[in-house]
Amino acid sequence: MRDSDDNTSPGRRQFLQCMAWAGAGTLWLMQGGVLRAQALTGQGAKEAADASFAFVQISDSHIGFHKAPNMDVASTLRASLAMVNAQKVRPDFLLHTGDLTHLSRPDEFDTLAGIMQEARVDKTFYVPGEHDVIGDNGAEFFRRFGEKQQAGGWYSFDHRGVHFVGLINVLNLKAGGLGSLGADQLAWLKKDLAPLSASTPVVVFAHMPLWSLYPEWGWGTDDSAEAMSLLKRFGSVSVLNGHIHQIQQTVEGNITFYTARSTAYPQPAPGVGPAPGPMKDVPPEALHSYLGIREVRHVRGSQALALTDEVMS
Amino acid sequence: MKALRHAAVLSMLCLCCGVAMAAKTTATPKAAVTQVEIRNFAFAPNTMTVAAGTRVIWTNRDEEPHVITSAGKQFTSSPALDTSDTYAVTFSKPGTYAYYCSIHPMMVGTIIVK
Repeated sequence: MRDSDDNTSPGRRQFLQCMAWAGAGTLWLMQGGVLRAQALTGQGAKEAADASFAFVQISDSHIGFHKAPNMDVASTLRASLAMVNAQKVRPDFLLHTGDLTHLSRPDEFDTLAGIMQEARVDKTFYVPGEHDVIGDNGAEFFRRFGEKQQAGGWYSFDHRGVHFVGLINVLNLKAGGLGSLGADQLAWLKKDLAPLSASTPVVVFAHMPLWSLYPEWGWGTDDSAEAMSLLKRFGSVSVLNGHIHQIQQTVEGNITFYTARSTAYPQPAPGVGPAPGPMKDVPPEALHSYLGIREVRHVRGSQALALTDEVMS
Repeated sequence: MKALRHAAVLSMLCLCCGVAMAAKTTATPKAAVTQVEIRNFAFAPNTMTVAAGTRVIWTNRDEEPHVITSAGKQFTSSPALDTSDTYAVTFSKPGTYAYYCSIHPMMVGTIIVK
């Protein structure tokens, strides 16, 4: 297993090490399950030109949060979408990997939906975070943002040769446990993947990390190993998550896992401090360097996906 | 005679519903209240033993919201508790009440009512 983050040189072996936050964007190339990092210039620009399509991941907007270090999460979400709109290659769609809101309130969902209209993209796909399903098991979230393919809210779609799967791992959580996919969703996933050839690039996205990133803080999913066993046979699998408000990566075989930054506030690196939660002490002038978006480019005919994380500063 | 009267009172009490019993027992001494703090994604104290009729009040001291949820659906779940929000449950019946935060399920606690 290899873990990397947004501030390490390629190939540097680290196990759940804390990362530096700030820094220029990095282009991530995934080839055969191995990550290579490049600066956003030179080769990176060439890769961007070769890309057949791009999409952008944003996460953890927490509309309704209004405390240190971010009293105005609506404006930082707007700034993220402005970055999306400024991309040279227009993304085909957006993925929002959950925690749209802080407390699942209708007015928070209203605000989020209004701001998201500022993104100049044709389509946004959403999966809920645990903050989006409080009190109603996600009924309001799914009514507004669901794809309505399956009763449980999970879904899949194909886009230019890449198979995308949106999973729900924030419902029916058990006391003492982590995130949960559940037997019904796993059975659906098995069926959904069955007809695909092993050479199909697969992108899986869900809110909570689909690997044991840091279970002591609840950063993992109880039955993620079962889902990964269904994905093992594919040559290229990318798993995109949110939840932890920082970039972490790991590789297991041909499956590469990535967590994204938040558009609202950072959380501490795993195990740094007594608990997760907003990093209250980030000064206002430094906040933007902790927030950002992720662009993913796919080169047709290649198994590689290029990931670019951009900070908001 | 005394023993008989005691038995009669007991049987009368048994006929009453649980709420009435709670009202009866809490009429003389003031209802006990005890606090549970939610801090750093944990309940403090994590396990507590209280007398029947005690009102338990949870207060969220975290920046993150939490949701008090009974593991066995023995009491009504709280709404989302934002920072400084409180939630109270009066435990009138003896038993062991396991609970957790429904959005951070690694947060678990127990109220033992004697």
